[in-house]
Amino acid sequence: MLSGFSAEILARVQFAFTVSFHIIFPAFSIGLASFLAVLNALWLRTGNPTYRALFDYWKKIFAVAFGMGVVSGIVMSYQFGTNWAVFSDRTGPVLGPLMAYEVLSAFFLEAGFLGIMLFGRERVGNGLHMFATAMVAFGTLMSATWILSVNSWMQTPAGYSINELGQFVPENWLEIVFNPSFPYRLLHMVLAAYLTTAFVVAGVGAWHLLKDRTDAAARKMFSMAMWMALLVTPLQIAAGDFHGINTLEHQPAKVMAMEGHYDSHPDGAPLILFGIPNPEEKRIDYAVEIPKLSSLILKHDLNAPLDGLDTIPDADEPPVAIVFFSFRVMVGIGFAMLAVGIWGGVQRYRKRLYDSPLLHRTAVLMGPAGFIAVLAGWITTEVGRQPFTVYGVMRTSESLSPIAAPAVAASLIAFIVVYFFVFGAGTFYIMRLMGKDVGAPKNLEDNGPTRTAGITPVQQVDRGNLAPGE
Amino acid sequence: MPDVIFELSFIWAGIIAFAVLVYVILDGFDLGLGILFPFAHTDRDRDVMMNSVAPVWDGNETWLVLGGGGLFAVFPLAYAIVMPALYMPIIIMLLALVFRGVAFEYRWKTVRWRRVWDSAFCGGSAVAALCQGIALGALVQGIEVDGRAYGGGWWDWLTPFSIATGVAVVCGYALLGATWLVMKTSGGVSHRMRDLAKPLAIITLVFVAGISVWTPFQDPEYFGRWFNWPGTLYTSPVPIALVVAIYLLFHGLATGRDKTPFFAAEAIFVLAFIGIGISFYPNIIPPALTIRKAAAPDSSLLFALVGTVILVPIILGYTAYAYWVFRGKIDPEEGYH
Ligand code: HDD
Ligand code: HEM
Ligand code: HEM
Repeated sequence: MLSGFSAEILARVQFAFTVSFHIIFPAFSIGLASFLAVLNALWLRTGNPTYRALFDYWKKIFAVAFGMGVVSGIVMSYQFGTNWAVFSDRTGPVLGPLMAYEVLSAFFLEAGFLGIMLFGRERVGNGLHMFATAMVAFGTLMSATWILSVNSWMQTPAGYSINELGQFVPENWLEIVFNPSFPYRLLHMVLAAYLTTAFVVAGVGAWHLLKDRTDAAARKMFSMAMWMALLVTPLQIAAGDFHGINTLEHQPAKVMAMEGHYDSHPDGAPLILFGIPNPEEKRIDYAVEIPKLSSLILKHDLNAPLDGLDTIPDADEPPVAIVFFSFRVMVGIGFAMLAVGIWGGVQRYRKRLYDSPLLHRTAVLMGPAGFIAVLAGWITTEVGRQPFTVYGVMRTSESLSPIAAPAVAASLIAFIVVYFFVFGAGTFYIMRLMGKDVGAPKNLEDNGPTRTAGITPVQQVDRGNLAPGE
Repeated sequence: MPDVIFELSFIWAGIIAFAVLVYVILDGFDLGLGILFPFAHTDRDRDVMMNSVAPVWDGNETWLVLGGGGLFAVFPLAYAIVMPALYMPIIIMLLALVFRGVAFEYRWKTVRWRRVWDSAFCGGSAVAALCQGIALGALVQGIEVDGRAYGGGWWDWLTPFSIATGVAVVCGYALLGATWLVMKTSGGVSHRMRDLAKPLAIITLVFVAGISVWTPFQDPEYFGRWFNWPGTLYTSPVPIALVVAIYLLFHGLATGRDKTPFFAAEAIFVLAFIGIGISFYPNIIPPALTIRKAAAPDSSLLFALVGTVILVPIILGYTAYAYWVFRGKIDPEEGYH
């Protein structure tokens, strides 16, 4: 069924598919790890059992999401070699050490302390358990840092030379790690992970509030999440704006595709709100646009000239339609999040945060919004840099492994089947966990072990806990 | 070869070999325990088995990521040749690890589907072990290189030899898993595993012996490395130590010791690993790609080395700490209230 496709297209689809699945889990677990550390710290500080109950509740969800993140991530680290061998050979000297640092400073840290965080409270005591929880959160942030440095270097390569074998050779590690787009991408992605988590938590809290407005744990999580939404969304929008300006400087063709600017605008470019890119005619059909606003946003000057894709050779153009739409999806969600954040702020000010079913319903609806925005953002970033893997230097078509198309097709089908089955089941289990009440903690001593249906080192499954159908 | 000590690429070959060895030592027994899942009689026993590694399996598997990531970092050419050459076994191994890894969480979340995730755990562990063994065998038998790329087809890895190494690794990991459970559990599970360990040990050793005889025929150079004076002087301690380890394993099993069999079985793996290392050296991919030729430029090697030298001891430290926290026999009653 996939015959007729070249190995290159199949390998690209396979990479896009596996990495898109992968990023969903980190986007959630980076935020959740920090959230758990905060909950545990608040519990230790205040002694308020609601925090402890929330910690135990989200811990189970975290364990499932983290597990899926790990297994999908291990696949990623081998995909460079299996599908992009030439890329690996040439960029390995630069990117490999960064990924090795990720393993050494992030993956081991997460994995080493995860067991203690999940199962070890009774064995190591609260202090060390807090330390382990913080280390897991720190590990997820380290992981994001290194992998985004890797990705950013591919977008905006710096600090290298090319040797006689065609390999990229590191010349200046500081320039490589802190390449021009890295700080923007790191900030934008970490905020994205926090927002994604905040909206999931808000959605779950709102769901339980809709069932029972007095549920103390639901109130607490909804309130915390709405603070995040209110405070972090504006930061994210600002970060995205700076990120775009940085991209204009280093990858102008990507911004042209995002903006839908097929033509150059010597005296002020319009902001195209909506429209349908027409690649044949090289224009945007049915465009709804605001004159000169694009120049204002990107250049902070109404009349600043902006080049269009007509200045880029056709062979170097990214696919416009995908980038154009995915960018609008992300930005649209960003503003929707802002609206929800402000709405929550207003209701809180009016002391009606827990009594507005409409807000709660909207929050439930927005629960998955972060994931969609994250995927849309990555699609913008990655498709927008085509046709290059190392921007401006190495083309995607030159990066491929010498693998026969049938091998790639077979593995692609296997990945699709397995991922939908396995991660579908995981998503189902997570949703079911989220559907359960946090439960008002009566007595902490017997709350500890019951949780743990499952991931305690000693088998503590209280089968009575599970409904027969589960 | 006095300059070898200072040659960064050789230091790195040693580090990668170390990472792979640690992976085999650590993940071997937890994959092995998955392979043995069907031999548990009750759900309760399976709970105990899985829980004996639940807090540490993720850390164990991270050594595999270090092996792959490390290869990408310091021997990108080797990475770029090996991965396409072993495309099928590696992809299948990754998919198997997906099934096995999620089973740690999923099997507790459902009653109706517990069987499904139990088989995913067992099947995933067995297939991952088989693929690792096949990959090893395919490497030993040699990989065709064309310029700076893999030159063979996508089925080259499949030979009787690689199948044999695959099955050997499955049996060997199962042996590690069985002796681990002897050490970590008590009662029924531990008795059953003690009974299983002996036949597993015998099968594993028969395979190791068979493969050792077979290997030199894969490439005459291997033969030379093992049997030529003065090489024998360096290589002879390996077989001697092997005999000691085998004795300790069987003696420990027969006399009802808890810990000796596990450490003896691990020692057998370490020695077999050293044996393979001797056969490879100084190649990183037999028959023709040398360590030196595959290495990244010195600036990459040095940059990565600084972090490795600082971080690996720390990692070993907190890994040991995690094992220590969860030390001792699993108490099946602990946690029941
Ligand atoms: C470490 C590097 C790295 C990282 C963090 C990402 N990518 Fe990427 N991506 C690549 C490295 C890469 C690549 C190896 O460079 C690819 C393979 C083919 C290509 O053109 O670039 C690629 C291609 C690629 C494509 C196909 C583009 C096309 O062929 O038109 C998509 C849709 C994505 N990626 C999506 C993502 C998503 C959703 C990511 C979020 C995690 C992501 N990428 C992170
Ligand atoms: C192609 C690119 C990527 C590769 C090769 C990759 C590789 C990996 C690997 C091997 C793991 C498992 C580690 C373990 O065993 O614990 C992992 C997990 C993780 N990755 Fe990725 N990753 C990629 C993209 C990303 C991105 C873009 C981010 C975030 C910005 C990210 C963040 C994480 C985090 C936080 C984890 C920990 C597990 C989890 O939270 O689910 N990764 N990744
Ligand atoms: C509404 C305001 C937003 C703006 C103006 C904005 C801007 C941008 C831009 C310009 C890029 C592409 C950068 C490049 O590839 O060079 C990008 C990427 C991305 N965006 Fe946004 N964004 C916004 C909101 C969001 C939201 C709400 C999320 C998620 C919750 C998000 C997640 C991402 C992600 C994950 C990427 C890819 C990683 C990266 O390149 O940083 N964005 N964003």
